[in-house]
Amino acid sequence: MTDHHPSPIARQRTAYRKRQTVRSVLVAAASTGVLGTLLVVAVTGSPGWERVRESFLDQRIGRAALPEILTGLWLNVRLLFFCALGALALGLLVAVLRTLRGPVFFPVRALAAGYTYTFRGLPLIIVIYVLTLGVPGLRLQGMPPVLVLGGIALVLTYGGYLAEVFRAGIESIHPSQLAAARSLGLTYRQTMRHVVLPQAVRRVAPPLLNDVVALQKDVGLVSLAGPIDAVRAAQIATAESFNFTPYIVAGVLFVLLAVPLIAVTDWVTLRAARRQAAR
Amino acid sequence: MARRSLPVALTTATLVLAALVGCAPQNQPVPNPAQAACTKAELKTRTPGKLTVATDDPAYEPWFADNLPGNGKGFESAVAYEVAKQLGFARIDVQWVRVKFDTAIAPGPKEFDFDINQFSITDERKQAVDFTSPYYLVRQAVVAGKGSRITGKTRLADLQGAKLGAQVGSTSYQAITDVIKPTVKPQVYNTNDDAKKALQNGQLDGIVVDLPTAFYITSAEVKDATIVGQLPQVGLPEAFGLLLDKDSPLTGCVSGAVDALRANGTLGNLERTWLSEVAGVADIT
Repeated sequence: MTDHHPSPIARQRTAYRKRQTVRSVLVAAASTGVLGTLLVVAVTGSPGWERVRESFLDQRIGRAALPEILTGLWLNVRLLFFCALGALALGLLVAVLRTLRGPVFFPVRALAAGYTYTFRGLPLIIVIYVLTLGVPGLRLQGMPPVLVLGGIALVLTYGGYLAEVFRAGIESIHPSQLAAARSLGLTYRQTMRHVVLPQAVRRVAPPLLNDVVALQKDVGLVSLAGPIDAVRAAQIATAESFNFTPYIVAGVLFVLLAVPLIAVTDWVTLRAARRQAAR
Repeated sequence: MARRSLPVALTTATLVLAALVGCAPQNQPVPNPAQAACTKAELKTRTPGKLTVATDDPAYEPWFADNLPGNGKGFESAVAYEVAKQLGFARIDVQWVRVKFDTAIAPGPKEFDFDINQFSITDERKQAVDFTSPYYLVRQAVVAGKGSRITGKTRLADLQGAKLGAQVGSTSYQAITDVIKPTVKPQVYNTNDDAKKALQNGQLDGIVVDLPTAFYITSAEVKDATIVGQLPQVGLPEAFGLLLDKDSPLTGCVSGAVDALRANGTLGNLERTWLSEVAGVADIT
């Protein structure tokens, strides 16, 4: 093998491409700078800016409220972890039940369908109210604490959304895959487990993660029933100080919490796209 | 119920302080006239020689007794007669009329000299009506559900292990965190209704609401709940004032009478008599 020497034309092409890249980066930086400057001037130059800054961006109040908000956020994180796992499991189960074949499974399919219709249509707040303030009124033995009941409400609601996402994934797998698997002698269960579900889950990973990001914001609604989450802690701090900075603090923390999840979602989407293209 | 409103509370606090120091409040709408003008003969009441006092129908315990404002029983009935006495009216000169709460706060001519009906003094209402200085500063109370372990406890220390709830952003919540300081994290609700529901379900040992609300809850809404007691004053309490027509010629005199009753301890005594002893609300210390 001799050393590879690119032709002059190829070298020119590479140089040109490099120049183009540098140029586009510079243009992008310049346009971002111009837009940023315009925004800053427009906002800080507005007549009400001083008042807004005092009531929404007061560092001292923000710092004072931070510990309470972080305590609340820890509750959000724990709830999110367990509710996400629960909702994914429930969603997958319901999706599998909904895609069962054969007339004998009609009642199962109908129940699963009814569940997704109901809980996708029901406002989450109502589900939380019924479970956290209604169910304990039954005064049954061994009533779980409010947090668990609120978690169940979230799992039920989001299980409905996720079930539909999983079902879309399952139904997007070409029938020929199923036929091929069955002709190799796999049972229906084995086909689902080894052929259909792995492909289906991979295919719908982005929308699944997207729903988990949405769930992250909704777990806070459990605070309706008494527990203090990050937003509630901010609300209390705001009520005490007549200043909205704690809300901004909570909002920033939520975004920071969502960044890793969203980054994972993007990466998964990108990888899936690459794989599809490289097939 | 007990949403804090800074200007109102500050005004109230100023008035109370001013009264305590024994000087005339600076920000009265009408300057306190000379005592000579505040006599039965001089006062421009609706019916000369008579004092017409209004309240709602029905009038609830413990503010009134048996829905009969004229019997002098109940805290507000007693206050009304003391104010009348201070202005030189005999019991027989006091006439009661019934006026709906909402009608009284609405602008427009009034058919009473003053109205006593647990009116919280707020800046919005001051646009439409006159208020005297406060005759009662609302205190926070602990309400316990049926069979709660804090029933009958009158020491703050006994409440520290309790699971308590209150409405978000209210003085009641402040009372939990600043006065009781429980070891268990308090529960916070959007409304008192949610808190009541949790109390009924047995999810809480008790809820904290202002005393008027506590009376209403235990008498009308959650019959098996009881008032454990009232807490020491906290934050910037709501204040009840007598309500008069906007720019009424009587406001200065009636307000002066309330100030005098507060200064000589009469209001404190009436509060103890009618709210603590007769209504049986213990002081939690």
